[in-house]
Amino acid sequence: MSTNTVAMTGNIAMANAMRQINPDVCPAYPITPSTEVMQQFASFVADGEVNTEMVAVESEHSAMSACIGASAAGGRVMTATSANGLALMWEMLYIAAGNRLPIIMTTVNRALAAPINIHCDHSDAMGARDSGWIQLWSENAQEAYDNLIQAVRISEVREVRLPVMVCLDGFIISHSIERMELLDDIQVRNFIGPFKQHYPLLDVDNPVTYGPLDLQDYYIEHKRQQAEAMQLAKPVILEIGREFGKNFGRSYGFFEEYKLKDAELVVVALGSSVGTVKTVVDNLRQQGIAAGVLKLRSFRPFPAKELSQALKSAKAIAVLDRSDSFGAYGGPLFSEVRSALFSLEAAPPTVDYIYGLGGRDFGLADVNRIFDDLQILAKTGKADQEVNYITVRE
Amino acid sequence: MSNKIADKKKGWRELPIGGMILDAGNSVEYDTGAWRTYCPVLDTEKCNRVCLQCWICCPDSSIIVKDGKFEGFDLMHCKGCGICAHECPAKAINMVEEKK
Ligand code: SF4
Ligand code: SF4
Repeated sequence: MSTNTVAMTGNIAMANAMRQINPDVCPAYPITPSTEVMQQFASFVADGEVNTEMVAVESEHSAMSACIGASAAGGRVMTATSANGLALMWEMLYIAAGNRLPIIMTTVNRALAAPINIHCDHSDAMGARDSGWIQLWSENAQEAYDNLIQAVRISEVREVRLPVMVCLDGFIISHSIERMELLDDIQVRNFIGPFKQHYPLLDVDNPVTYGPLDLQDYYIEHKRQQAEAMQLAKPVILEIGREFGKNFGRSYGFFEEYKLKDAELVVVALGSSVGTVKTVVDNLRQQGIAAGVLKLRSFRPFPAKELSQALKSAKAIAVLDRSDSFGAYGGPLFSEVRSALFSLEAAPPTVDYIYGLGGRDFGLADVNRIFDDLQILAKTGKADQEVNYITVRE
Repeated sequence: MSNKIADKKKGWRELPIGGMILDAGNSVEYDTGAWRTYCPVLDTEKCNRVCLQCWICCPDSSIIVKDGKFEGFDLMHCKGCGICAHECPAKAINMVEEKK
C-alpha cells in the first residue's frame, strides 16, 4: 500500500476524494464554508482530470433537483453544501431519499441564520436528520476524506440505496490545514468499483417511472422500506469500514471508543470537538481519573443498541450538542443517546451540554468543567440541571 | 375499494423500492372511474355517432369508438368530468348523478 502524506484543508481533501471518485454528474451552488470543495473540483473538471459533467445551477434547491434527475437517469452523483444552502435543499432531500437515490453530499457544517453567521455548528445537518439520508460525521480532514470514499460504497449497495451526507465542521475542519494521507487514485477507484445502475431512466428499452403519486394505499409501505434500508445499512457500514481498514489501515465503525472500556466519566460527542475532549481525557487519565470518549460517526442510522452497550458501565455521561432543538428536552444528540440508554436496566445519569453555536470556541477549560460536573454527577447520581448551555455569556 | 383489488396489494417487502413503477403503461389498470360523481349517459336519439367531438375532447380516452363510430363509454376510466357533454354539438350526452 502506498500513500501520500499531504498538508491539506478539509475542503481540498474532499475535492480530491471527488476527483478520485470521478462522479458522472456534479450539480452545485456555492455557499460558505463549502464553496471551496466545488471550486477546487471545478478546476479538476476544467483541467480534464475527471470526466464529470459539472452543472452550475441557480440555487441549492436546483442543485439537489439536478442531483435527483441525474441519479435517476443512472449516474453516480455528488454535490456539496452548507447551512442555508442545505436548508434550501430541504424539499429535495426527502425526494432524493424517498426515491432511493444514492447521491453523495459533502455537508460542511455551519450555523443557520438568523442572525447571519458563517461559522461552525451542527444545526444544518441535525435539522435534516429525519430526511432519510445516512449521516457520517468526521473529526478531522482525514476522516472526512475516508468517509466520503466509503459513502459511495455504502449508498450503492442494493439493499441500502440511500443518499449519504458526510459532515465536517465548517472552518475548523474545512479551512484548517492538516497533515493527512491521500490514497492513490487507483486504490480509490478499485475500492469503490464501477457504479451499479438500478433501473436507470436512460435505459429506454426498459422504461420505468420514478416518483409517481403514492396515496393512502401504498405510501406507508414505501416509508417502511426506507426504515428497513436504514437498518440494513448498519451491517454494510461496519463491513465497508472494516474493508477500508484492511486495505488502508484505518478502520471505521459506528463510533470510536477512546479510552472507553473502563471509563466512568464519559463524554459523547461528534465532529471536531472530540479532538479537544480527547486531550482532556489524556490529562485526566494521567491524574488517575477514568475518563473516556465515545465519538459518534454514524448518526443516521443511529446505532442505539451498540451505543447503549458501550456506555452501560459508565457512572456519568455528558452529551455534547453543537445545535439546539428549541423547545425540546435537550439537543438532538442528547435525545437520541438518552433514549438509547433508557433500555438499559440501570441507565447511567446523562446530561446535555449545548455548546459552540455559531462557531463559539470550545476549549480545554470548557471540557474540564464538564468533567468536573461529571465527577459530582457520578457521586450523586442525579443532576439538578440536565440540559445545560456552555460557552455562552450569562 | 373492492376486496379483489385490496387482496392484490403487495406488502412492503414485495413492492419495488422508492415507489417506482417498473411496468410501462400500467395506469390502464387504475380504476379512475371510481372517482366519478356524474356519469355520462348517451341520448341515442340525438347522437349521430360520427362527429366524434366527444372522442376528441375526452381527456381520459374514455370514448370507445368502433369502425369510426361512437360505441360507448369506458366507465372504468371515465372520471365524469363532463367535457364530452359540454362539447357535444347535438347535446346528446347527459351527466347523471351516480347512485350508490
Ligand atoms: S359528440 Fe355527441 S353527437 Fe358526436 S359522436 Fe359524440 S355523443 Fe355523438
Ligand atoms: S365525462 Fe369526461 S372522462 Fe367521461 S367520457 Fe366524458 S369527457 Fe371522458
